[in-house]
Amino acid sequence: MSAEIEQAVEQAVDMVNIEVNGIPLEAPKGSMIIEATDKAGIEIPRFCYHPKLSIAANCRMCLVDVEKMPKPVPACATPVMEGMKVYTESRRAMDAQHGVMEFLLINHPLDCPICDQGGECELQDQAMGYGRSVSRFTERKRVVKDKDVGPLVQTEMTRCIHCTRCVRFLEEIAGTSEMGGAGRGDRLEIGTCVQNSINSELSGNVIDICPVGALTNKPFRFQARAWELMARPSLAAHDGVGSCLFHHVRRGEILRTVPRENEATNESWLSDRDRYSHIGLYSDDRVTAPQVKQNGEWKSVSWDEAAATVARILRDAIETHGAEQVGMLMSPSASTEEYFLAQRLLRRSGCNNIDHRLRQQDFTDDAAPVAGAPFAKKIAGIERSDAILLVGSNPREEAPLIGHRVRQAWRKGAKISLVNPLNWEFTFDTSLDAIVAPQFMVSELAALAAAVEKSSGVSAPGFLRSVLDGAAGQERHEALAGRLQQASGGLVLLGQFALMHPDASWLRALSAYVAEATGSALNTLSHGGNAAGARLAGALPNRGPGGSEAAAGLNVSQMLEDPRKCYVLWGIEPEYDIDNPARVMSALQKAESVISVVSHATDSLREISSVILPLAPLAESEGSLVNLDGAGMNFKAAGKAPGDARPGWKILRRLGGEMGLEGFQQVRIDDVMADMQSEVESADTPDGGVTLQAPAYQEGLYRIGELPMYSIDPLCRRSEPLQQTEQANNMFLGLNPEDAGRIGLDDGAMARVRQGDHSAELEVKVTARVPPGGAWLRSATCSTRELGPAVAPLTVEVA
Amino acid sequence: MLTEETRNIIDHWVSKFPQDKKRSALIQSLMAAQEQNGGWISPELTEAVADYLELPPVWAHEVVSFYSMFFSDPVGRHKVHICTNISCWLNGADDIVARAEEKLGVKLGETTEDGRVTLVREEECLAGCCGAPMAVIDGHYHENLDLQKLDAVLDGLE
Repeated sequence: MSAEIEQAVEQAVDMVNIEVNGIPLEAPKGSMIIEATDKAGIEIPRFCYHPKLSIAANCRMCLVDVEKMPKPVPACATPVMEGMKVYTESRRAMDAQHGVMEFLLINHPLDCPICDQGGECELQDQAMGYGRSVSRFTERKRVVKDKDVGPLVQTEMTRCIHCTRCVRFLEEIAGTSEMGGAGRGDRLEIGTCVQNSINSELSGNVIDICPVGALTNKPFRFQARAWELMARPSLAAHDGVGSCLFHHVRRGEILRTVPRENEATNESWLSDRDRYSHIGLYSDDRVTAPQVKQNGEWKSVSWDEAAATVARILRDAIETHGAEQVGMLMSPSASTEEYFLAQRLLRRSGCNNIDHRLRQQDFTDDAAPVAGAPFAKKIAGIERSDAILLVGSNPREEAPLIGHRVRQAWRKGAKISLVNPLNWEFTFDTSLDAIVAPQFMVSELAALAAAVEKSSGVSAPGFLRSVLDGAAGQERHEALAGRLQQASGGLVLLGQFALMHPDASWLRALSAYVAEATGSALNTLSHGGNAAGARLAGALPNRGPGGSEAAAGLNVSQMLEDPRKCYVLWGIEPEYDIDNPARVMSALQKAESVISVVSHATDSLREISSVILPLAPLAESEGSLVNLDGAGMNFKAAGKAPGDARPGWKILRRLGGEMGLEGFQQVRIDDVMADMQSEVESADTPDGGVTLQAPAYQEGLYRIGELPMYSIDPLCRRSEPLQQTEQANNMFLGLNPEDAGRIGLDDGAMARVRQGDHSAELEVKVTARVPPGGAWLRSATCSTRELGPAVAPLTVEVA
Repeated sequence: MLTEETRNIIDHWVSKFPQDKKRSALIQSLMAAQEQNGGWISPELTEAVADYLELPPVWAHEVVSFYSMFFSDPVGRHKVHICTNISCWLNGADDIVARAEEKLGVKLGETTEDGRVTLVREEECLAGCCGAPMAVIDGHYHENLDLQKLDAVLDGLE
């Protein structure tokens, strides 16, 4: 629904006239007094009310005086009525607020000097505004024992005032219901009830909504006072949502992160990944100066020397081996301007080998015309879908706030179905699901497509025929086809797992057909924070800016299959951030030179690199992102880059100039943006046909190389608190009971897995979450960084 | 952890509510589990009930900790609830409690060493004001109590 329609709907709703403190207001029928006053900017104190949560009316702080009502009423739970006269500052209202405040403070410890919330505390503020200046309470206060709820949230439950915002958040928004109130009356205690941690991927939000210091940011604890911090707006780049946030900065150092409201993307929430990954910025292996390897020894050098060295390496490689012997691999979370300048640098040197789709294995549909934004149905519109099909996707981990939107759709009645390789734990119910190992996903989706073709009469494109003919649809497929067809706002969400699949092109083509034939939208949840920006800027081997035609270069897979002489790595750690780490590392070891432009450098990166240039990541840089909706979002530096680290666009500008190339004279980031804009506008996007070969699979197990949510990029991997969470537990091999039994492995036994020449030993977890034929072995982890592709055959034996 | 009988009782209660409102059957389900367990319900058993009803465990813990009819610690074979609310209090409940405490050798809220009787700390009115002072013993109402009557009832508990 567009904004205009929404507005029209609002106008159509009956409005009533009320009067607050003598000011006439209009409010929709059925809305609460507090909504009307909030909109009009009239202040009413509150603790438990939150516009995104259900109404509890249990703190009683928002009591107001309403004419003809016998006693004060809570503004958050009293609907407006025609002619209602509300007084928020009358004697009766003030007395009520005074009284409630006095009760709230009875059991509150008033330990503000040692409380992290001090200075940004709603209770503190409102006690100042509405409380007495002296306490009449001389009795003993109660003490509540603290709970350990995990590495992210610090509890101090003696301070709790029982507003239940956290309880309602976890129940309604996060969907995990991990907190509750035990006991009753003055013995009520909010907590996890049993000694459990809060494992929701959105758990950090309870910190923001807690009006007191009961729940605070654990890693930030005792680091700084609110008034020492500058709030600098920035963006999150760990998924494509484009979550808006504030980094709280003291003297250039980012100490914590809080959400910045944006209804189109993250509303007022933030995923834990976006909230805690800034900690990774300050890990020990941060690169702070350009470094050059000379005779096996690393030497810090000036930018002048570093730039000259890099330009010489590139020129030599191009002159000696030819431009096609250079390859550039970029993080899917770089800025749009970095992508633009990088592809310009390469293309103007005569090379098209540039790619950001590092976790993809299948590129057969590359010639297809460039579609619009990854999300046909906008992020905010997902909630209004009434039927959703997830294909190879765990939105809770891939983009937690997309998972949240899917859950909200389900709460509003949407029916959700899956074609997934793992029975992931979701916060919504699903039905008509297919949980099948990777080698069966294409045929499963083909069966659905065949059912859709039969019922919709929309004939499928010819190149799908090889799998559609002979696809045996069952009742389940017909039911699902019918459901999607009948839906008025259907959605097919193609997830990150599907993109890593060896037949991603097939999954994409079949999903596109199912979406088209049923009138549903197709949303593609791509990897990284700025895949859409990379595509727009032309960080692709076969497309320039705006999807324009470019001389065919090599994609990431080809660049590694047939190793190049010289590589440029941008913002990545090759053994974790590219599919098939075994092949990656062997290609990089064979290369004559590897130029790494990175924020952090591990020993293994140092081993393969010839030059390391210090890159300032998004939080310390400037530029723009394009989110899944296709919305361009600008950001400015929030933190100060340490030492000689530089924003990526400046590094590229310098390198371009050093190599004597045209088009690197931009003075400000705006010049880069304008430069790119003009190229995008004049772009001519070619149409290309796609042919797909019928997929063929081997016998035996296929690896389900799920990407762990806190291992997706160098920052997350370095965030200590995130690595201590339950989600970061990666050292296991999950097998279906049937397969485990056949191999002779019990739960807890050690297994040896093999992919090609490489092997690893892992503890076995026998679980029905894994479908027969699959082996749940996460990728981008320490134990698997020497193995092969994330989704490919593998052998398992008793170790 | 739940016996077949308990599961049958839970199923019976679940069937009384709409399919997606299993939470409504929570109190009765927990009561059945408590019954199965000799009058008290452990955290593990509480979670077993939640699992069986497919509810978040926290919801079950909240209920158990809220209502005074649920006992989260082991209890004796008999539960003696002496009402100490306003009507019974005015009619001499304090003396009844004192006698019971003396006779059983335990304070309110405690269980006799032989595991025979738990003297429950009663928080709310037991709704027998017309027969005050009164007590509920193993679910049966004993009204118009005096010390002799109390002795007789307590002696009768095996």
